[in-house]
Amino acid sequence: MTEDQFLRVDALTKSFGTNQVVKGVSFGFGKGEFISLLGPSGCGKTTILRMIAGFETPTTGTIRVAGEDITHLRPNQRKLGMVFQAYALFPNLTVGDNIGFGLKVAGMGREERRARVEEMLRLIGLPGFEKRYPYEMSGGQQQRVALARAIAPKPRLLLLDEPLSALDAKIRVSLRGEIRAIQQDLGITTVFVTHDQEEAMSISDRIVVMNAGHIEQMGSAHEIYNRPQTRFVATFVGQLNTLPAATFGPDRAIRPELVSLAPRPETDMTLTGTVADVGFLGSVLRLRVDVEGAPISIDTFNGHAPPPQRGDTVTLHLARKDVLALGA
Amino acid sequence: MKQSKFWAWVIFGLGAAYFIVPLVATFEFSLKMRRGHYSFDSYASVFSDPAFQATFGYSTLVGLFAILVGVLIVVPAVYFVRLRLPHLRPLMEFVTLLPLIIPAIVLVYGYIRLYNSSSLLPFTGSALGTDILLVFGYVTLALPYMYRAVDTGMRTIDIKTLTEAAQIMGASTATIIARIILPNILVAVLSGAFLTFAIVIGEFTIASLLNRPAFGPYLQNVGANRAYEPSALAIISFIITWGAMGMINVLGRFAPRTSARTD
Ligand SMILES: Nc1ncnc2c1ncn2[C@@H]1O[C@H](COP(=O)(O)OP(=O)(O)O)[C@@H](O)[C@H]1O
Ligand SMILES: [Mg+2]
Repeated sequence: MTEDQFLRVDALTKSFGTNQVVKGVSFGFGKGEFISLLGPSGCGKTTILRMIAGFETPTTGTIRVAGEDITHLRPNQRKLGMVFQAYALFPNLTVGDNIGFGLKVAGMGREERRARVEEMLRLIGLPGFEKRYPYEMSGGQQQRVALARAIAPKPRLLLLDEPLSALDAKIRVSLRGEIRAIQQDLGITTVFVTHDQEEAMSISDRIVVMNAGHIEQMGSAHEIYNRPQTRFVATFVGQLNTLPAATFGPDRAIRPELVSLAPRPETDMTLTGTVADVGFLGSVLRLRVDVEGAPISIDTFNGHAPPPQRGDTVTLHLARKDVLALGA
Repeated sequence: MKQSKFWAWVIFGLGAAYFIVPLVATFEFSLKMRRGHYSFDSYASVFSDPAFQATFGYSTLVGLFAILVGVLIVVPAVYFVRLRLPHLRPLMEFVTLLPLIIPAIVLVYGYIRLYNSSSLLPFTGSALGTDILLVFGYVTLALPYMYRAVDTGMRTIDIKTLTEAAQIMGASTATIIARIILPNILVAVLSGAFLTFAIVIGEFTIASLLNRPAFGPYLQNVGANRAYEPSALAIISFIITWGAMGMINVLGRFAPRTSARTD
């Protein structure tokens, strides 16, 4: 098995009736990687995850884990762990019994199980919560328990379907850090589904950007952000300014943070425009500048100098190498 | 405001009287067995009647089996239809309503024709066979109530996601139903059970035509031959039925609690 073959998906398609929602998806990832499936709502991310889990049968294609073809195994034969958006803790069981469920099903003895549950609760920062019931806990705590429940039986793969979407913004950010830390700690191969590009970029080793049932681009957050290969990826991941066609030719764009009001060592061209709007984002100012009729957003640090005012004429500095050519 | 409340109370009072007056009158009459003053003699007479004990015991047992069989049929059926064949739900709704539309007498004549002693499945050929047939008959009679109770219970939990969460951890379907689904709808199942019991305990038609020593035919027999005991029995039946209904209400407080929180 080569490095990128631990999770191997080949020519996967899925149709619901006549509606093909996954259109020939192939990828391979190594053991211990954290992979995100990123794309807009309805692009087929969940469907792919559910085919890996065994809840949907692929129309065509194969899924392999550690070299074993699991395409047609039942979900309870796959030895995978999954965390759902709606937590899905068993309401009738205590936290301890929820986490111990997979262990009990696997036939682990009571004492060993108790020890493992305790270990898991310590891992997620909820020691001593064994006797609580799910309804007594906050959403963030419940989702951590769901994570512990999924990893307690030492699954070969951990699958997460928008596990943070039901949570408030603040907990969303702190919990994603925790998920990443635990994943790295255990070295567990993880597939994470999200429609939030910031979320995907902040925790993934590699990202699969999807659109309308197919893969647009695969790579690290750095590659995806800095070298988007398609127009879709460039616009979906991060902010983007379309540059005026008269000067740059058609389909040229640049990230807001690569345009500045002052020259930098690498900048080799300038544009002149009129400030249309000044937005204050704390440490950063976001200006909207009209250049030859094209609105260009730029981010600049909120320094000591007074910010430009609406109507001011400003000079923008940028580097030719930072200009992205948007293909198809 | 005052006006509308006044009339609401009048109508409520009339409705309540419609139920309560006959009940009070029956109760009052049941206390008159001893000439001249009130006593519980008729109740003592009922409870000391060996036939009361025998028939009540018999119907209780049949009721328990009807509950058991009903739960074993209805819970998996509702579960699988909701999970895998949701488009069959309207059909299921209709089928489970049939026992309310088809009179019990039609049902029992059908049974007797189908399962008589010269048929392929001669249930009525033996006492035990007839008892089994009676249990199935009661399962059918209680089906509309058991189905609705269980269906309502399953609506309050996300059975699809809970099933998937259990499946991915290696659980089999039997484990999932026994350890996850059933405990979460226990309150609903128990309310279906009490309704079944309330139906079985007073049922006359099927038990009588199958000629089984059940409580319903006993009630009818006493009613035809005694003066005060029927009133006492009516009150006793009432208390049993209402007790069963009351239990359903009490159990409602133990329904699973929602845990959908965003914090
Ligand atoms: N069971 C199903 N039956 C029919 N269509 C479905 C089913 N599940 C998903 N779809 C459709 O497949 C498409 C992709 O869905 P999904 O994989 O959930 O997208 P995502 O998770 O990326 O938002 C959507 O158009 C959705 O309506
Ligand atoms: Mg989804």
